[in-house]
Amino acid sequence: MKRLPEEEKPFPIDLQPESRFWEKRGVSRRDFIKFCTAMTAALSLPAAMIPRVAEALGSDDRPSVIWLEFQSCTGDTEALLRSSAPTVAEIILDVLSIDYAETIMAAAGVLAEETRAKTVKERGGKYIVVVEGSIPTRDNGAHCCIGGRSALDIARELCGNALATIAVGTCASYGGLPAAAPNPSGAVGVGEAVPGITLINLPGCPVNTDNLVATIVHFLTFGRLPETDGKGRPLFAYGKKIHDNCERRPHFDAGQYVEAWGDQGHRKGHCLYKMGCKGPATFHNCPVQKYNEKTAWPVGSGHGCVGCSEPSFWDSMSPFYRRLPAVPGFGIEATADKIGLGLVATAAAGFGIHGALNALRKDKEPEDSTREG
Amino acid sequence: MAKIVIDPITRIEGHLRIQAEVNDGRVTEAWSSSTMFRGIEKILQGRDPRDAWYFTQRFCGVCTTVHSIASVRAVENALNITVPYNAEMIRNIIIGIQLVQDHVIHFYHLHALDWVDITSALKADPAGTAALAASLSPWPLNSATYFKGVQEKLTAFVAKGRLGPFANAYWGHPAYKLPPEANLMATAHYLEALDWQREVIKIHAILGSKNPHPQTFVVGGMAIPIDLNSQNGLNADKLAEIGGLLKKAKSFVEQVYIPDLLAVASYYKEWAGIGGGIGNYMTYGEYPQAAGGKKLWFPSGIILNRDLSRVHPVDHRKVAEYVDHSWYEGDGQPHHPWDGSTEAHYTGPTPPYAMLDTNQKYSWVKAPRYGGQAMEVGPLAKILVAYASGHVPTKGAVDMVLNKLGVGPEALFSTLGRTAARGIETLLVAQELPLWLGKLIANIKGGDLTIHNNEKWDPESWPREAAGYGFHDAPRGALGHWIRIKDGQILNYQAVVPSTWNASPRDARGQTGAYEAALVGTPLHDPAKPLEILRTIHSFDPCLACAVHLVDPGGNELIKVQVS
Repeated sequence: MKRLPEEEKPFPIDLQPESRFWEKRGVSRRDFIKFCTAMTAALSLPAAMIPRVAEALGSDDRPSVIWLEFQSCTGDTEALLRSSAPTVAEIILDVLSIDYAETIMAAAGVLAEETRAKTVKERGGKYIVVVEGSIPTRDNGAHCCIGGRSALDIARELCGNALATIAVGTCASYGGLPAAAPNPSGAVGVGEAVPGITLINLPGCPVNTDNLVATIVHFLTFGRLPETDGKGRPLFAYGKKIHDNCERRPHFDAGQYVEAWGDQGHRKGHCLYKMGCKGPATFHNCPVQKYNEKTAWPVGSGHGCVGCSEPSFWDSMSPFYRRLPAVPGFGIEATADKIGLGLVATAAAGFGIHGALNALRKDKEPEDSTREG
Repeated sequence: MAKIVIDPITRIEGHLRIQAEVNDGRVTEAWSSSTMFRGIEKILQGRDPRDAWYFTQRFCGVCTTVHSIASVRAVENALNITVPYNAEMIRNIIIGIQLVQDHVIHFYHLHALDWVDITSALKADPAGTAALAASLSPWPLNSATYFKGVQEKLTAFVAKGRLGPFANAYWGHPAYKLPPEANLMATAHYLEALDWQREVIKIHAILGSKNPHPQTFVVGGMAIPIDLNSQNGLNADKLAEIGGLLKKAKSFVEQVYIPDLLAVASYYKEWAGIGGGIGNYMTYGEYPQAAGGKKLWFPSGIILNRDLSRVHPVDHRKVAEYVDHSWYEGDGQPHHPWDGSTEAHYTGPTPPYAMLDTNQKYSWVKAPRYGGQAMEVGPLAKILVAYASGHVPTKGAVDMVLNKLGVGPEALFSTLGRTAARGIETLLVAQELPLWLGKLIANIKGGDLTIHNNEKWDPESWPREAAGYGFHDAPRGALGHWIRIKDGQILNYQAVVPSTWNASPRDARGQTGAYEAALVGTPLHDPAKPLEILRTIHSFDPCLACAVHLVDPGGNELIKVQVS
């Protein structure tokens, strides 16, 4: 493979025998290759790419990461703590230089702020920002302040000066829960708060940590972000519908449904469509990647998908136990851009909860005609 | 006098700011501010009450089960739904392992760095560390080779010159007292606990589909079916895997966490006289031993003015919230969660700001009071109430810890007591968890596969109006959700959560919240490096995303937000 000129690379990548670096740090060659193989698979890359992935990870120049938490529940940080390949200890000590992350960092107060400022000063344009949580815009951003500065102000400075920004979770990607109707704090996602930055969205509630690690590895390996759909989500993780990869799909096709929690169909793993599953309208790799080291995922365990990787799912997919309007038998080739929008729009109209909510309040809130769910 | 600000307080969940006055090397006054607001309860209005748990679960991703449990209990209480025995036991296992995992993460990853100087671990003699560890515990990994490996890994990390999350901390501060060998032991276990927590919480994935934010809760029971003859249900294989993970959880707590806690505490005994605070403690009790949430294993109760001779009963009608120093509009009166009327109204400075005026409103957290009195909630409250109630397992564990440290029960009313109580609670729950799994298995063996009570699933079966509340004693303490339902929709929803009690600002009468009271009297070696403030604040395990909320039963707030 042709080498990129040095200046075109985001980080100097050492293409020499790769895994010595890891061996020096107590990671066996076998484990290292295992990890690279897993990552190559997660990224949907051909096996021939394994050495390339290994080369990128063998580099000693750990990329600097600034992890910003705004209107979040810290669920995405917790998801990162569940990472297994590499483990979070390896991520902290070996893979990345996590120079700012409020939940885990030792420094506090002024010293924490100084650390962040130092990273921006020394590595401006070269660090990666991860954003967790939405950004409120009401009252000049006073609904989320850190060190006396608003989240909006911090995001503008940090994301604007970053090599790339990764929005983890649905709140950072699209506003998420705080932005659900009636959006009391004026919350928005990073893309809307700071337009024009290099951004990738990894929605989900919380983010699947395997997809986060795979995105970072992709970036380090190929020097660019993976290809995305119209909602800014990488195709390797959000390119297919839950419904099309679902282990319960044969039961949908055969007309075998769960009718009540704990009934015969529920016990035998039948389709959850009638219990409100939103898998047919949701693009995410949950059925394949699963969670907690591939242990399980919601539909597999017995509860419907709520569509948590879709923008505005809090409004468009709720009530969560009401079934989607008739699901046509569209094929596996459907992409989010072509199909997803139409189905969700139909669903939102069908559910009508926020129509009802707005009707309930119409007399009291004449000014607000903009927050239709 | 010096005025200091710590913002952000790191190694917590959420956004917390502390302002304090320091005189002659001691904190004389302190103010606790939460600086983030989302308004989830307002978002809940008009929605399906059966969806509420999924929304409220997102109050917090750290204590990721607690608001779903409190929410389904509130709806079940309002609609008079009795949850089947199997579902109660599964919920006990889910909330029990949440508590054990959460407390261990708190000790090693959020709190330990207040007591453990990682940089000192580089100077340790690994053989000395191994000898120290062997004197405390039979944990098989505690060898000189193992500690040497950890030290080498750490040395290589430091040599690269980029300390990542360990940069710019208060390393070398004279308040750090551990010898290098103990610092190395704690640092090794910091790394080990990172792997352990990932492993044991797989129980949530087995029973709940994933963690964080497990997804098998439903009003009326659980959405994970039980079927010994299906690959899609809870079967013998999955029950065995849970059993193995519970064993792993228990042995780490017994052989690593508790010995480390006692070893660290023995170097910081002066902290048994610092950080006591309010002296009123409240717990709602937890772990039903019968269907329908009955027969709680940990008792509920209230202790006033540190008087362990009397435990008062809890009555949810005595809970009320003040907003005199919180960024909400109010009529100067406290309101019960069912009846409150509050509007978000930010009156603080336009950011960026240097100081908040604490004579005015200064936080997004409200000030809950019980019968007009401020309360501390959390592991210490749970352990004190259980101890004073004569709960046999608690009494045994508390006496063991007090004996090993050579202190009396009065030492519990402190920063150190709070940290020790968290360990005691973890030990008790880790030891009880396998028994709840045993009860679940015995019930399945008896032929009961029921997982859900379907009688009230259909909203058509509900009364036109209903009101209820759900209590859960979460890792951080007493949690209550209150709901009012009308015409199948949520009319009003409010949560009064542990960190609302503890991080509370002042109320109308100027009574301080638990953090604010506990900080008074804290000695500070250097006000520019307020390590001691972090110790006391972290001893509460703050969880601020949970703490901030808003009730608005009238739904008459004018919102002028442009959403594209």
